[in-house]
Amino acid sequence: MEHALDITLTVNGTPVSRRVEARQHLVDFLREELGLTGSHVGCEHGVCGACTVRVDGEIVRGCLMLAVQANGCKVDTIEGLSDSKEVGELQRAFHERNSLQCGFCTPGMLMAARDLQLKNPAASREQIRAHLSGNYCRCTGYQAIVDAIEEVLHGKS
Amino acid sequence: MKAPAFAYVKPSTLDAVFELLERHGEGAKLLAGGQSLIPSLNMRLSAPELLIDITGLREYAGIHASVDSVRIGALTTHAEIERSAEIGKHLPLVARAVSHIAHPAIRNRGTLGGSLALADPAAEYPACAVALEATIVVSGRNGERRIKAEQFFKGLFETDLKPGEVVTAAEFPVAGRNDKSVFLELSRRRGDYAIIGLAAHNSRFVFFGAGTKPVLAGNAASKTSLQEARAALATDLDPPADLYNSSATKLHLAGVLLERAWNTLSTSH
Ligand SMILES: Cc1cc2nc3c(=O)[nH]c(=O)nc-3n(C[C@H](O)[C@H](O)[C@H](O)COP(=O)(O)OP(=O)(O)OC[C@H]3O[C@@H](n4cnc5c(N)ncnc54)[C@H](O)[C@@H]3O)c2cc1C
Ligand code: FES
Ligand code: FES
Repeated sequence: MEHALDITLTVNGTPVSRRVEARQHLVDFLREELGLTGSHVGCEHGVCGACTVRVDGEIVRGCLMLAVQANGCKVDTIEGLSDSKEVGELQRAFHERNSLQCGFCTPGMLMAARDLQLKNPAASREQIRAHLSGNYCRCTGYQAIVDAIEEVLHGKS
Repeated sequence: MKAPAFAYVKPSTLDAVFELLERHGEGAKLLAGGQSLIPSLNMRLSAPELLIDITGLREYAGIHASVDSVRIGALTTHAEIERSAEIGKHLPLVARAVSHIAHPAIRNRGTLGGSLALADPAAEYPACAVALEATIVVSGRNGERRIKAEQFFKGLFETDLKPGEVVTAAEFPVAGRNDKSVFLELSRRRGDYAIIGLAAHNSRFVFFGAGTKPVLAGNAASKTSLQEARAALATDLDPPADLYNSSATKLHLAGVLLERAWNTLSTSH
């Protein structure tokens, strides 16, 4: 039985092939093998959401998926979404509304917020909160984060 | 923390899964959505030698409605159940329960089969399965077994699954025109496991977070008045205390949920 396996996946549009240990999580693979340190590692057991990345179009916990499970998948990280300006509007609103202090939670927050923007652009304030329920912020108190997302979704300022 | 070392294999047939389970016995673990198993590996609460990733068996994912039942494949994710128009139409109780399970990113990977096999006493699906009198379908080397949900859940994280068996589906009877159901849950934060919850279908009141497994409150349900039913609840449940709530608090909260459900069931049509 194999403890290390060859995988091929697409990360932020670029094909990548590597040999990985079966025990390595996707987020550690992205950070340590590919140097994409935008996705953060907080709790490593699925509670905080700092490791949120997108796999085949759906957000997932990078700490609760093995890198080998991403074989053949299309993975997008905050670096990709930032470079393509996919989260540009959200980043601007987060900046303007002070929606981050230490910034540790921000990549995960932006990934979750972008997911909501794609799936339910008419989301109410309560639905925004529900969608972010799995993303912890220990600094801001969430209010400014919800404000920023609401502004982007509804054009409020 | 990081998971301990293990080997990984992703078979493409159920027979190959059975063979691997037979060959590796206790050292092997099935990996479905990984949303409960991987946290336990990361925390080093378990250290299997081999993970058998069953998510390649796509024929065991999907929702099929027939005239009288809805069959949900074990590998169907919580998100697929949440989005399904058929579940919304035929299994309103399950449709209401699913948004209480964890958070969107976790619902995108976690599966029905994983949740049923894990049998967490505070989980939503097992209580719904008991309330709706669902049948759990399991397969092993010697063929298929069909088990009533009430018999499937045996105790704390304990089910009727035998070594070498895999949950392949659950079948839920379609809700009829006159059936009424209510789903209620109290949790500390949205998406957390329940402090206490209630899946009620007609007169089947099933509490979760209330014992070692889903608890059918038969005594309460047999009463004709709400007051008697609330009093009888203490004979149905003896909820274990958790870090934040005593047993007495949980019993009180169970009574609150019973009252809300009772009022909804007796007024809605
Ligand atoms: C932060 C957080 C919050 C959560 N909150 C909730 C919640 O509120 N309610 C809730 O119900 N769940 C919650 N979960 C758990 C989540 O719903 C899991 O998806 C689910 O419990 C297990 O499903 P899985 O597919 O991820 O299984 P896995 O983690 O892959 O497996 C779980 C166990 O079941 C076994 N198994 C898996 N599939 C099968 C099968 N087909 N046949 C036999 N055995 C199998 C595995 O070997 C393992 O022992 C939460 C998880 C996290 C990380
Ligand atoms: S690091 Fe993945 S959820 Fe916290
Ligand atoms: S800004 Fe510090 S955790 Fe959110």
